Amino acid sequence: MSFNKELIKGIWKENPVFILVLGMCPTLAVTTSALNGVGMGIATTFVLICSNIVVSIIRSYVPDRVRIPVFIVVIASFVTVVDLTMSGYFRGLYHALGLFIPLIVVNCIILGRAEAFASKKSIVLSIADGAGMGAGFTLALVMLGSIRELLGNGSIFGFSVFGGGFEPVLVMILPPGAFLTLGILTGVFSAVEKYRSKEWRKYVIQDLGKATVVRERI
Amino acid sequence: MKEVIRLTAVLTVVCVLAGFALSYVSEATEEARAYQDRLELLSSLNMVLPEHDNEPDSDAMQIGGITYYPSKKDGEINGIAFITSSDKGYSGLIRVIVGVKPDGEIISIGILEQKETPGLGSKITEDWFVDQYKGKSLENARWAVKKDNGDFEQISGATISPRAVTSAIQKGLETYQKDRQEIFGGGDVVQ
Repeated sequence: MSFNKELIKGIWKENPVFILVLGMCPTLAVTTSALNGVGMGIATTFVLICSNIVVSIIRSYVPDRVRIPVFIVVIASFVTVVDLTMSGYFRGLYHALGLFIPLIVVNCIILGRAEAFASKKSIVLSIADGAGMGAGFTLALVMLGSIRELLGNGSIFGFSVFGGGFEPVLVMILPPGAFLTLGILTGVFSAVEKYRSKEWRKYVIQDLGKATVVRERI
Repeated sequence: MKEVIRLTAVLTVVCVLAGFALSYVSEATEEARAYQDRLELLSSLNMVLPEHDNEPDSDAMQIGGITYYPSKKDGEINGIAFITSSDKGYSGLIRVIVGVKPDGEIISIGILEQKETPGLGSKITEDWFVDQYKGKSLENARWAVKKDNGDFEQISGATISPRAVTSAIQKGLETYQKDRQEIFGGGDVVQ
């Protein structure tokens, strides 16, 4: 059960983008279209799972004082693998993501998960954590990319949605659009989270209780 | 001291292993990457060159740091392509591939690389913009945008990018004019 828990937490409860607010650089920069979001998400997920596995395997051999450089070497190696593979087999996507593939190395999510999770937990759980966090990251990127592409270009995944009459809101494709969308989505996420949380229910029950008391007095 | 040696040893082992793994991956993907590079080059060459029966990239000539890709039909050169660039764009380098007839008249151009503002400067990749250079040469056009009393369209809100493209092509054509003798082996060029 613990496997599922680690898998699911990354998607919602500890969503790396909306809740942990990690990895903002690629999140803001590449989400000009939904497809870019998917590509970046999958590339990051791959690196995340692989680095989590390796870090988990070597965790008992790596002295504490050099663990960060070791993790970075592991992560950088997998990023280079992704970079070379994409360049050889997915050229279109490779150009679209451009500089941001090498920058996966410095994506805080990956080092963060290596440090906070994989270096302490078993391989199986680390895989679940990597897959879940990756899925949450991908989900966030696709949401951002879809909204920005829809409003800024009138299409989703390259398919025109509104037809000819639509005047694209250019700013959504430009960097400010990334901040606007991210801000609104983060707000929505935390509002929903608050609504779901027990704390909120407690307040509701208290308020309902008071209301009942008030009514009874009347 | 013992601790230092241990730390060094661990880091060294990790780095050496990573190095070996990466050199393996690099080798394994080398062919695919070279293939993609070539596909990319050929497709952009085909975009700007006339119909040909040779391989322009295999027949390429290097003159003064610029590579000229000739297209040949029945052994005779019917077009030359070269890549020119400008760093005067709004952001980053703009790389343009230009295909010309042997006499220096433009057949077609294509934007290979640009990082201009999406929706504004990036319009330089659109057909209406790219197509205006067709049939132009150093002699029959004023190489500047209309705002600067030239012949080429600018983009409202983004004059810098068309200016950069225009000057890049002009620069390329001038270099071509200079290198032409050498490209055609010093022989007479049929005008």
